[in-house]
Amino acid sequence: MTAELFVQYLFAGITYGSIYAIVAIGFNIIYNTTGIINFAQGEFVMLGGMIAISLLPLLPLPLAIGVAVAVTMLIGALMEMIFIRWLKNPSVLRMIIITIGISILTREAAIHIWGENIRALPYFVGNEISTISILGARISPQVLWVVGVCGVMVVFLHLFFQATSVGREMRACAANRMAAILCGINPRNMVTLSFVLSAGMGALAGCVMSPITYSQYDMGTGLAIKGFTVAILGGLGNSGGAVAAGLLLGAIEAFSVSVVPLAFKDAISIAILLLILFVRPHGIFGSAEAARLKTF
Amino acid sequence: MKRLLALLPLVLGVILVQILATYTGKQFYLTQITMAAYYSLLIIGLCVLMGYAGQISLGHAGFFAIGGYLSAALTTRNLVVIKSAGWVRLLDACGFLQGGKDSYGGDLLVVTPWASAIFAVLVAALIAVVIGIPVLKLKGHYLAMATLGFGIIIYRLALASPWLGQADGIAGVPPFVVLPGLVVRGDAADRVQNYYIAWGVLLLGLFLLLNLIQSRVGRALRAIHGSEEAADAMGVDIARFKLQSFVLSAIFAAIAGVLLTHFNGGIGPSEAGVMKSVRFVAIVAVGGMAHLWGALIMGVALNFLSLRGVFGSYDDAVFGLILIVIMLFAPNGILNLLASPKKGKVNPAQSETRQEV
Amino acid sequence: MALLEIENLHRRFGGLHAVNNVCFSVQTGQIKAVIGPNGAGKTTLFNLVAGALAPSSGIVRFQGQEIQGKRPCYIAASGLARTYQNIKMFAGMTALENVMVGCHLQGQSGFLSSMLHAPWTWDEERRIRKKSMELLELLEIAEYAQTEATSLAFGQQRAVELARALAMQPALLLLDEPAAGLNIYETAEVARLISKIRAMGITVLLVEHDMSLVMDISDEIVVLCFGEKIAEDVPQAIQQNPDVIRIYLGE
Repeated sequence: MTAELFVQYLFAGITYGSIYAIVAIGFNIIYNTTGIINFAQGEFVMLGGMIAISLLPLLPLPLAIGVAVAVTMLIGALMEMIFIRWLKNPSVLRMIIITIGISILTREAAIHIWGENIRALPYFVGNEISTISILGARISPQVLWVVGVCGVMVVFLHLFFQATSVGREMRACAANRMAAILCGINPRNMVTLSFVLSAGMGALAGCVMSPITYSQYDMGTGLAIKGFTVAILGGLGNSGGAVAAGLLLGAIEAFSVSVVPLAFKDAISIAILLLILFVRPHGIFGSAEAARLKTF
Repeated sequence: MKRLLALLPLVLGVILVQILATYTGKQFYLTQITMAAYYSLLIIGLCVLMGYAGQISLGHAGFFAIGGYLSAALTTRNLVVIKSAGWVRLLDACGFLQGGKDSYGGDLLVVTPWASAIFAVLVAALIAVVIGIPVLKLKGHYLAMATLGFGIIIYRLALASPWLGQADGIAGVPPFVVLPGLVVRGDAADRVQNYYIAWGVLLLGLFLLLNLIQSRVGRALRAIHGSEEAADAMGVDIARFKLQSFVLSAIFAAIAGVLLTHFNGGIGPSEAGVMKSVRFVAIVAVGGMAHLWGALIMGVALNFLSLRGVFGSYDDAVFGLILIVIMLFAPNGILNLLASPKKGKVNPAQSETRQEV
Repeated sequence: MALLEIENLHRRFGGLHAVNNVCFSVQTGQIKAVIGPNGAGKTTLFNLVAGALAPSSGIVRFQGQEIQGKRPCYIAASGLARTYQNIKMFAGMTALENVMVGCHLQGQSGFLSSMLHAPWTWDEERRIRKKSMELLELLEIAEYAQTEATSLAFGQQRAVELARALAMQPALLLLDEPAAGLNIYETAEVARLISKIRAMGITVLLVEHDMSLVMDISDEIVVLCFGEKIAEDVPQAIQQNPDVIRIYLGE
């Protein structure tokens, strides 16, 4: 493999890896505040891209993306308020099935609104043939957008949880719900907020990735399972681990294309998921005991 | 005997439906009921796994597809060109192969449906063991995702393997002569016969599973669901019981896959899709989780409506909606809403405390 | 030979030594009690013996066999039964069915014979049902046999749990706070029952907070404090032991 090709694969890996990391962090945010794995996480990404595409004829691109993210956040909030908020001590099985149901309904709504066509946002800068040269490899500038935006989101989230009072309240709820209630925090609002946050992140990621990877009504399931793989790989609830694991999975996928047929690409990442679940369900970066601590 | 009598109302109902359908000239309904009955075979197996052993599986369409695809591939693969190979001659000598003519009059040498069916079910069971040992150590979300992952892998393999027909699937699967005169195939002429074959298999399955849950094993499974820790301390080998119910439900799924594939004359990748697995879970949930009768009735009814195209392009959406509504408002199934809960039934919503995963 | 021997048993949770270098043994036919203030490691000790937790180090020998780190179902099969501090009924099953699960190890029938409802399983079922009913009668709760266990009153649930443990025909019975949450009359009843259980030839190891109960019925008492054994003796001597008095009454 030539050095150029290597860099080419590497950047492909980083691009997808950033997206996976964002989906995984979305899982983590909701998991930390509720203990729920939101199977509809991938649908946020789909919704963000699709709504932005629909708004594009009416609005300039940045505004379309902004509105799409806002609308997806609103949908996230509604999901939580309609389906989850009022359940008292639901079992894990029940929550799994409900979020799966939400994901199906979202997907089915999408197919009736947007059809089965593959769509895409235009490239933010230039077009599909414009490239920039890095270390001899030719990279689309959109790749930098994806990596940049995802990076900014991670930094923003970190600051949000560490430096704002709302962020601290969410951490308090994650650490000890009962104690948080006694301190006057309403955990329900924190749960809604966690859905809003992870919906917004997913939607923004869905917008920046759309020019490269396209958007389609059924992209959510695949993203969800890969995002979950990454979340597990990095240790469920641990967002720093998710970034590292996301880039790792992205790279593995990208390089696997040179070894096995493209059709098996998804099977590989799922096989990794199964392997990790069997061998180290607490993630490759964490220990079993640390996995019980929830960090954003 | 008492246990057989319990099935009598259902048997009478089945006969009544056939007579009504034939009398009113609406025999084509029987075809969809037959298909629905095969799906229900999978569903009652899944009901034991989910409702009694308390383990969710989002990958059971995978086992259905393993059964269906293997049987389809083996019974359509023409071995004539390699008929002199040692292993082909050996299979032939064992009576596993049958000859015939293809539609162009060329010679055909394929595996017999019986041999391929048994092989397919055994492979499904073996895969269930291999997958089940690690998967069933997982709980909650992890188990759900792992089984979902398994289902997707099977789907991708079906879609990617030229040997399995990729997006087209496999067509031209020959009829399955179960016994002389008893043939599983979709011809209009055999509608009534196949209707009874499907119901026969389904009722047999139901009978076996009803026996199972009323036995020592059924008690142990419900105990696992009630409190895994206490069941373990009572000497119930939890890992083994979970694995055995997983394999049992996989076998039911594979048999359903084999029979429906021969009935339809083919199988496509959509049968392995995630939506199928989710749909099966939805039906078990509607039936009341730990409720074999509920699973059977809902399985036949909902699959029938779906196959009739009643839900139109909202087919998947309907099942998604069913899932949510049932889990929100009636986590014990709608039958339990109508009837007062009987003794000795696992109540999944109450028995399951929020486990820390 | 002692029925249960615990040697240098050790269990850490992170930096916490929940059970620290504990040694003692239980003789056949004894009633032995483990006492200690909250957080002394009593329930952890039980979980280590019954296999619900694996020890960090040390040996648990039961009937001469080393059982530490084995799965609970194997330890149960070797003749050890237990009850829980917070009763773990099998939800959704009747009291009778709960006890019948206790008879699990006395049955043979597996998936295949159960599905076929094979004739040789009929006898087994009848035997298990009869025995379970007898145990419910012994504990004077036969009238609730068909009631869902989780809907019974607390004291009755304790009785069902005890019947369920006795159904296992154990050599050793671990009782985790059998009198917790019971009133003074029910506690006296429990004391009578434990003596009755011993008369059946079952050795008893119990954790209990109710001192009068412990002093009444036990032959020997082990005192734990912060995971360490600080005393082991007959009740009268324990009552006089200055260390024990200090941890219970303060300096």
